Amino acid sequence: MEMFDLTLVWAFIIGFGIMMYVLMDGFDLGLGILYPFAPDEDARDVMMNSVAPIWDGNETWLVLGGAGLLGAFPLVYSVFLPALYIGVFLMLAGLIFRGVAFEFRFKSRRNRRWWNRAFCWGSAVAAFAQGAVVGAYIQGFPVEDFAYVGGAFDWLTPFSVLTGLGLMSGYALLGATWLILKSEGHVQDWAYKITPLLLALVLFVFAVISLWTPFVNPLVWERWFGNIQLIWVFPFAALACAFVVFRSVQKRREGVPFLATIGIYVFTYLGLIVSKWPVIVPPDYTLWDAASSPESQLFLLVGMVFVIPIILTYTAWTYWVFRGKVRVGEGYH
Amino acid sequence: MELDPLVLSRLQFAFVVSFHAIFPVFTIGLASYIALLHGLFFKTKNPAWDRLSLFWTKVFAVVFGMGVVSGIVMSFQFGTNWSNFSQASSNFLGPMLSYEVVTAFFLEAAFLGVLLFGRGKVPQGVHLFAAIMVAVGTFISSFWILSANSWLHTPAGVELVDFRFHVTSWSEAIFNPSFPYRFMHMAVASFLTGGFVVAGVSAWFLLRDRDPEANRRALSMCLWLLLFLAPTQAVIGDFHGINTLEHQPTKVAAMEGHWETSGNVPLLLFAIPDQEAQTNHFELGIPNLASIILTHSIDGEVPGVSEAAPEEQPPVLIVFWGFRVMVGIGLLMIAVALTGLVLRRKGRIYDKRLFLKGLTAMIPMPFIAVLAGWIVTESGRSPWLVYGMMTHAEGLTPSLTGPMALFTLIGYVLVYGVVFYAGIYYLTRVVRNGMLPEEERDTTDENFKRPMRPMSAAHTPFDDDVDPVRS
Repeated sequence: MEMFDLTLVWAFIIGFGIMMYVLMDGFDLGLGILYPFAPDEDARDVMMNSVAPIWDGNETWLVLGGAGLLGAFPLVYSVFLPALYIGVFLMLAGLIFRGVAFEFRFKSRRNRRWWNRAFCWGSAVAAFAQGAVVGAYIQGFPVEDFAYVGGAFDWLTPFSVLTGLGLMSGYALLGATWLILKSEGHVQDWAYKITPLLLALVLFVFAVISLWTPFVNPLVWERWFGNIQLIWVFPFAALACAFVVFRSVQKRREGVPFLATIGIYVFTYLGLIVSKWPVIVPPDYTLWDAASSPESQLFLLVGMVFVIPIILTYTAWTYWVFRGKVRVGEGYH
Repeated sequence: MELDPLVLSRLQFAFVVSFHAIFPVFTIGLASYIALLHGLFFKTKNPAWDRLSLFWTKVFAVVFGMGVVSGIVMSFQFGTNWSNFSQASSNFLGPMLSYEVVTAFFLEAAFLGVLLFGRGKVPQGVHLFAAIMVAVGTFISSFWILSANSWLHTPAGVELVDFRFHVTSWSEAIFNPSFPYRFMHMAVASFLTGGFVVAGVSAWFLLRDRDPEANRRALSMCLWLLLFLAPTQAVIGDFHGINTLEHQPTKVAAMEGHWETSGNVPLLLFAIPDQEAQTNHFELGIPNLASIILTHSIDGEVPGVSEAAPEEQPPVLIVFWGFRVMVGIGLLMIAVALTGLVLRRKGRIYDKRLFLKGLTAMIPMPFIAVLAGWIVTESGRSPWLVYGMMTHAEGLTPSLTGPMALFTLIGYVLVYGVVFYAGIYYLTRVVRNGMLPEEERDTTDENFKRPMRPMSAAHTPFDDDVDPVRS
């Protein structure tokens, strides 16, 4: 028990789960956001087909994260969810609508237009709400006696709206580069065309958020302009990845843009973590304050050690089975 | 009118959980049935079993998909509306709910895909194994959920320190006193639900003379199962009730509409409980029967609702009538199963049209009974969230206001309304299209190549307005 700190183990597991969720559901939400801008219905078919076999596997990470937080860091669960009450509802409603749209769009002809809309709006709302969560996390929450005491819309500030829009554009970029990887012909041409625009948008929002964040939160200011200079490697690595995305799109490479976009995410995410570490419910509570009892963490860890490798294997296998290009008029119907 | 976040949150939770519960209660029973069909086909090689398992797997796919979609909300509700409760009970409930999620994913990851899409692609033995594992998985999933729920009714293995539960014994907490009864009661309820749906749909097919060979087998098998299970459920229910009498006497008193502690308690067939006056109106009952059922003695004393202070009493009207709806449907099920036995002896179960129509009409009944039963047990616990330890009001999210709760309640009703409408509409099409010979099937899916997710195992189109350009 005392040999290793279970709270750190769980912080790693949950952190990894969130990263997996953001990356994996990110590109399929991104495709939903790009849906109305697609050149034609064939392109929409390809977009949806390219994620149809994997999207629900992607969302398992969200549910796992929700339940895992309750088990390992209940304070996070019982502060974030009430504080983001309306946002959580919008996110869930969005995810449900797009989930149903996935199931029925291909089985439907007369009503296809409606399922297209459900897919787009569901994805956009869910992405915005998730981005706003990040913004709210950076801002912090008024908490007294382990319970949230703020109002229903405290989370909705200009800053969180910006992070919401930022994540939407970031997901759209992931979606576009995923589409480069998975498509060909006029669909791929379109994806190549929009990627630099989305990248510029992401970089712009990224810059504004980076400049704004230290002013929103003094801890973050201290962290970045204090004495730990090593952490500056993360934003520079993220910028380097952005440059790679730009160059590889110019050279019409197929896999690199997507991988480099993932790089942008990973380094931004790490940058966010070092900004806040070890505070998990800002401004006051650390990981250890938020943790459940060690017995509970251990009891749950036993199952996770067993299941996470299986889920990862299965995920990898699914991606392998459905590798390759998705062509117009082909695929799952 | 003042909007009470407590009432609205309870309504919202009840709505979401009821909506969600109807799917798993069916899939748990159906998963076992599909595994049985696979086993029969494996053993006898009779293609009728294969046709049945093909059809019911399609239905399973759609219902399972809807269960997953509606279940996403559940794992967040505890936090959004019941954050104090989540925080206080996380040491126990966190691992329980996480294990449920983990089981469900493990099941989906490893075996559901093989069951849904492995037909003809994996060896028959492997397919059978996958079917069995899916059935087992649904039970493991419900094991965790029912353990967590039972713990709310009969908390054990924990101590409450500073408004936070600490687990002192995992085995006592997981196998808390009401858990074995609740688990058995729900397991049999799932089988009854699956049994009545399969019997009803088979009867519907037989009325239309669709694949009579297979559907006769299905109907006959179901009726034997129901003949055994419907009375068994009554016995298990009785044991469950006696367990409840021991641990939650007020709930049983509310179920019986019994206000003052006394002996010689009648079984009320009809009454209108009046909480304010602490009495019933228009009582009609069978003398001494409640005493006999609950205490197994003719004049046994049964504690009354008034043993609890008025503010600690459950809403008697709801509990009383919920219980009568559940038991009434239970008795109806026994009657239907017995009718089946009588008709079978006359050799007429397959062609007595009235009976077949009756079976079709029975399809919604087990769902109503299950929901009524849950309303009884959950309302009967109120005002306690964790019985005797934490009330609903204490568990509520402190920052939640009435308008917020109203907004999401309306929102979930709308979202689920759309999902439910689309799902039931589609499911009806799958059934109407079911068990037809290949050439008569209304299908436009010749070119599907990438089936992966649950519902894509059902190949029926959503609407029939085929676009000439695109098809």
